[in-house]
Amino acid sequence: MDLDFSRNHFELMGLPVAFDIDRAALDEAYRQLQGKLHPDRYAQAGDQERRLAMQGSAWVNEAYATLKDDTRRARYLLTLHGVAFDEERDTADDPAFLMEQMELREALEEAPAEADPLGRLDSLSADINARRQGLSDQLSESLDAGRLDEAKALVLKMRFYDKLRDEARRTAERLEDELP
Amino acid sequence: MALLQISEPGMSTDPHEHRLAAGIDLGTTNSLVATVRSGVAETLPDGKGRHILPSVVHYGPDGVLVGHDAKRRAALDPLNTIASVKRLMGRGIDDLKTLDGHVPYDFVPGEGGVPRIRTARGEVTPMEVSAEILRALRARAEESLGGELSGAVITVPAYFDDAQRQATKDAAALAGINVFRLLNEPTAAAIAYGLDKGQEGVIAVYDLGGGTFDISILRLSKGVFQVLATGGDSALGGDDFDRAIAEWIMQEAGIAGDTDHGRMRQLMMDACAAKEALTDSDETELRIRMAGDQVWNGCMTCEQMNCLIDPLINKTLASCRRALRDAGVTADEVLEVIMVGGSTRVPRVRERVGAFFGREPHVDIDPDRVVAIGAALQADVLAGNKPDEEMLLLDVIPLSLGIETMGGLVEHIIPRNTTIPVSRAQEFTTFKDGQTAMALHVVQGERDLVDHNRSLARFTLRDIPPMVAGAARIRVTFQVDADGLLNVTAVEQTSGAQAGVEVKPSYGLSDSEIEHMLRDSMSHAHEDMEARRLREQQVEADRVIEALDAALAADGDALLAADEREAIGRARDDLVAVRGDPDPEAIRKAIRAVEKASEGFVARRMDASIRKAMAGHKVEEFQ
Repeated sequence: MDLDFSRNHFELMGLPVAFDIDRAALDEAYRQLQGKLHPDRYAQAGDQERRLAMQGSAWVNEAYATLKDDTRRARYLLTLHGVAFDEERDTADDPAFLMEQMELREALEEAPAEADPLGRLDSLSADINARRQGLSDQLSESLDAGRLDEAKALVLKMRFYDKLRDEARRTAERLEDELP
Repeated sequence: MALLQISEPGMSTDPHEHRLAAGIDLGTTNSLVATVRSGVAETLPDGKGRHILPSVVHYGPDGVLVGHDAKRRAALDPLNTIASVKRLMGRGIDDLKTLDGHVPYDFVPGEGGVPRIRTARGEVTPMEVSAEILRALRARAEESLGGELSGAVITVPAYFDDAQRQATKDAAALAGINVFRLLNEPTAAAIAYGLDKGQEGVIAVYDLGGGTFDISILRLSKGVFQVLATGGDSALGGDDFDRAIAEWIMQEAGIAGDTDHGRMRQLMMDACAAKEALTDSDETELRIRMAGDQVWNGCMTCEQMNCLIDPLINKTLASCRRALRDAGVTADEVLEVIMVGGSTRVPRVRERVGAFFGREPHVDIDPDRVVAIGAALQADVLAGNKPDEEMLLLDVIPLSLGIETMGGLVEHIIPRNTTIPVSRAQEFTTFKDGQTAMALHVVQGERDLVDHNRSLARFTLRDIPPMVAGAARIRVTFQVDADGLLNVTAVEQTSGAQAGVEVKPSYGLSDSEIEHMLRDSMSHAHEDMEARRLREQQVEADRVIEALDAALAADGDALLAADEREAIGRARDDLVAVRGDPDPEAIRKAIRAVEKASEGFVARRMDASIRKAMAGHKVEEFQ
């Protein structure tokens, strides 16, 4: 026997199914739901209830993690609208965009050799975030207008920036680990 | 037993008895136990008024000593006196090389990668040594509270991996302690401070203990403690300060590096004394006993010590930077900094942490006791003694969980700092025709290569229905519970067949080993295993009946049809009838029957509570 997992993440959180999201309302709904479902609330209950609470709590965590990140939220929204993603084949095919990605990646790779590597990484990260935010704004427009194919292409592009962001973070960590 | 309650819905259940619960800080150097009495959390002293129990166990010819008495034997009988055993928890024999010198014991490689220490009372595992400490704390709590503990919250460093957490839980099982929850030490400290002050906002908890360092970034809001990120080093602490100072003394005094265990212990104690003396003076005299009756006299200044420990403090600050980045906050956004752990008494540590965060750190609550106090507060809530308490802890997994893929690479399944509990599924397929089994190697850590991460366990999936290569779709679910412990299940999707999962922990004990040790320790303590089992099942039966009665009284009418209710009632009455039987197995079966009968009811109630939580949130429309 399981919980009723049929509600989508937006419904679960009591939010309208839309890309633009009221972050404060999301946070509050998350706290409310965990307040009801977290296994700590069932510390004195039987094994079965504890197992269900753990499933329910993990579900709420997953919904929250999906909705609070714009790339994941957009992708999830598109899936709800029947747009399929293929992990193996889907990729961005805009040559100018791919060229820009290559340049940013090279800049990241070269950062550790610069005079102030951590400072350089900070400014690169800021640049990546700004470009990413630009895409996120476009995504909001596309989704509002129901241009799903365009939105999907934007989600795929945002994932490139997400990867760059992770790479910048990992590079910074490696550098910090090597500090005396 | 409220037998009639089932037919009289709406009647409130008995006001439940106050359950005895304790918070245990199982530290590298020292351990404490605390409890909530008359609304106040306090650590419990021993008969001589001492709150701290040194985490030292002595295995002598006449018996086992724990705490102060054991610590006194350290210099005289180093090989039979086990200190800092926390460093060995969940570690393998291979790891001991990197801990060389920290733990100068006589190791015997054990089965399943668990190291055993040779003592005058036979070989012992780190879990058994920890269990001795836990047993002493449990006895202290039960004596002082005048009854049996219903359970305890045991704290662990936030940075502990799955194997280290599991080892801690196993030690508790050996000590006969029901673990309500493994709680991260920094979170416990935040509870101790947060509830006192009702703070809101982002706080950092800097916890430097004897053997571990933790940094946690939390957001406090309306009683919810949400851990945003955590980091640290499970093998860095005040002992390393002592070690750096001891090495300096050896150099100054011209003591050879291969000095014997007993002298090394003495030197570490001298170093520790020097460190403590330098907390409130600028320099300290050193009198070191040398070989023979010679004494070396020297002096150490604060500045000299700071030079020795600065590189170690730098390491902790690098972890702080990483945790802030993971949390997505800057040092300026941190509202408060809480200091935990005896090593934060070192003025240099306070100074540098204060400079890093740009604010004076909090040191109001005794840094040695704050973790135990927080754990006691949480234990009180989990025991059900504060039904209206809104406090909730949302913790994260400290290290990424991944699986080994082709070429010894790691594919991360659950990234670090994901809020727990969490469940992630991944699909695998077979690569040979008719393949019926598959091996999964689960590791924990951030590095790309398997060999650079901690090996947690090898899982073997069996009973996969034979198909052509690539046709089977095996969905493997990795679930991490609120204690941070991993569980793996697998289902073949096309046939729906449940694959059997066999676990071989890399550095842990198997269930049968724990059983065996439990048996040994029981006979040792003149307790009867069967009697204990029976008692456990009876407690569980009472728990199930109490919970069910409360649930039926609250929602039975609304959520159950008459026949469903009758079936549940029958199973419940059967359980009440066998509860007094001397057969633990019969009680266990009756409990299962109740759970089976009520599973739909339980799920419906939880769904209803989700709907209720969201009732105030309904927005205009769903598309």
